[in-house]
Amino acid sequence: MTTLVFLEHHGNELQKSSLGVLSKAAQLGDDVAAVIAGSGVEPLASEAGKFGAAMVYVADDERLDAPLPQPRVDVLARLVQERGIENVLFAQSILTADVAAALAARLDAGLNWQLVDLVAQDGGLVGKQSALGDSVLVDVGWRSTPRLALFRAGAFDPTEQGGTANVEKLDVELEEHSLAAEMLEQAHEESSGPSIEDADVIVAGGRGLGGPEGFGLMEELAKALGGAVGATRAVVDAGWYPYASQVGQTGKTVAPTLYVACGISGAIQHKVGMQSSRVIVAINKDANAPIFEFADLGVVGDLHQIVPKLTELVRARKSS
Amino acid sequence: MKIAVCVKQVPDATVTKRIDPTTKRLDRSGESTLNPVDANAVEEALRLKEATGEGEVVVLSLGPEKALDSLRKALAMGADRAVLVADDGAAGSDLVATSAVLAGALERENADLVLFGQQASDSDGAVLWAAVAERLRRPMISQAAELTLADGAITGKRQTEFGYDVIRASLPAVVAVADSINEPRYPSLKGIMGAKKKPQDVVSLSELGIDAGSAGEEGSRTEVLGLSDPPARGDTRTIEDDGSGAEKIVEFLAEKRLL
Repeated sequence: MTTLVFLEHHGNELQKSSLGVLSKAAQLGDDVAAVIAGSGVEPLASEAGKFGAAMVYVADDERLDAPLPQPRVDVLARLVQERGIENVLFAQSILTADVAAALAARLDAGLNWQLVDLVAQDGGLVGKQSALGDSVLVDVGWRSTPRLALFRAGAFDPTEQGGTANVEKLDVELEEHSLAAEMLEQAHEESSGPSIEDADVIVAGGRGLGGPEGFGLMEELAKALGGAVGATRAVVDAGWYPYASQVGQTGKTVAPTLYVACGISGAIQHKVGMQSSRVIVAINKDANAPIFEFADLGVVGDLHQIVPKLTELVRARKSS
Repeated sequence: MKIAVCVKQVPDATVTKRIDPTTKRLDRSGESTLNPVDANAVEEALRLKEATGEGEVVVLSLGPEKALDSLRKALAMGADRAVLVADDGAAGSDLVATSAVLAGALERENADLVLFGQQASDSDGAVLWAAVAERLRRPMISQAAELTLADGAITGKRQTEFGYDVIRASLPAVVAVADSINEPRYPSLKGIMGAKKKPQDVVSLSELGIDAGSAGEEGSRTEVLGLSDPPARGDTRTIEDDGSGAEKIVEFLAEKRLL
């Protein structure tokens, strides 16, 4: 089977979850290629080789500079049709969800989303889709090729395999309607400290912090644990913490080793962004908060009492 | 200015959602409601219409006849007209099939602007508008937290993982709105009474000129093969803080070898 992995980049970096999908494709042992679309992105191609791509297609064009979906659909549609690619895999994000769905319509192809795993079976593929707020795992299939799939961020860890890829530059031809949207402005917040996508530990705060000053406690604990700070939609909307730290449906999906949720009720919109974390610890005043239904350890209590003490104990333990 | 809003009827938030093991489709027998973020899309359409001072807001859905209840809610909010594509041949449509049906219905409407809510609460789907935009060959903006109309174009502020993008798309265009865009109005009693008299068309696939082969199971390119329980999260334990909460957390982290 020939598999193509779409690699999303931000700035000069390929996204970790895209590289995770690429690593997974390489493990399945197919003929694996990757595609990068952007402007000035050719230097990123060698990175893709390390994670298992035998071939990297590069669409390097000024008109692909802005992260808009439709020009990328044109690039992918042509590539898939010309090379007879059977599987097209994406790490799910705001950009790739649009790209994958539009590509599905263009190619009349099946798209499955919210996948957490992919297995080869009887010469085809079966996706594992986590559905209904993770209450059920659905085996999903494709009735035709190409098969299109969106994987949840953090579904697979990127593993370096040390290969080198052949690089091929693609001619870029865009449809008229793909040029009918233009990027006027990009306001990207750069947060200090480790980014939450890459952190092994995330200490996240919600409304229960009481105000923006409560994030001081989060930062202290995150520093002691060597992690990053996350936030809920509600507090980001309230202006307590930057959007770049937002975890959940309209923010980032994370899967750290440890997630410490402080003053977070655990509404479904937040849950979908962090439920794949390996260990979840929750501190909340409200014993009925839904977060206690899925936290490995829940503590019902006042975070303003518990967190400073916890920070101190962690520091003491790490320095001993 | 004609604005079409695509909406979906979903199981009410109070209903425990389940997939029927026989049909492998979502059990929709319980209480249903208008998909929450679709109400934001209807609200935004009404505001854009009010701002321009003229025009029409058409709400459109694909679903069984009982989905008319959700369309009537949109009419009670202030939409002018409802169209429901109800056809047994469209049941079980996946993304490509659903997008083919909606695009067919939208082509007939020929709206200047098509709005969607960012996410369906039942399928966690956040992709449909992109497939529809592609079929209509129109530009799209997703995850819009703010919209303004001017000079034959719509400008949207898109929330992304990295911050905000400001995107301008020439009309006709397709836009998916985020729930942060507005606070949907509650229908007034007068609105609810008036909704009953507003035009509500129920149309079939053949009336829309949509080939049966491109809808329903036949038009679908994906399938559900089986269902299973998700891997257990292991034991969850909740304790009351009696002053030793911090110590208990440290012990737990040490036990998990996280310290």
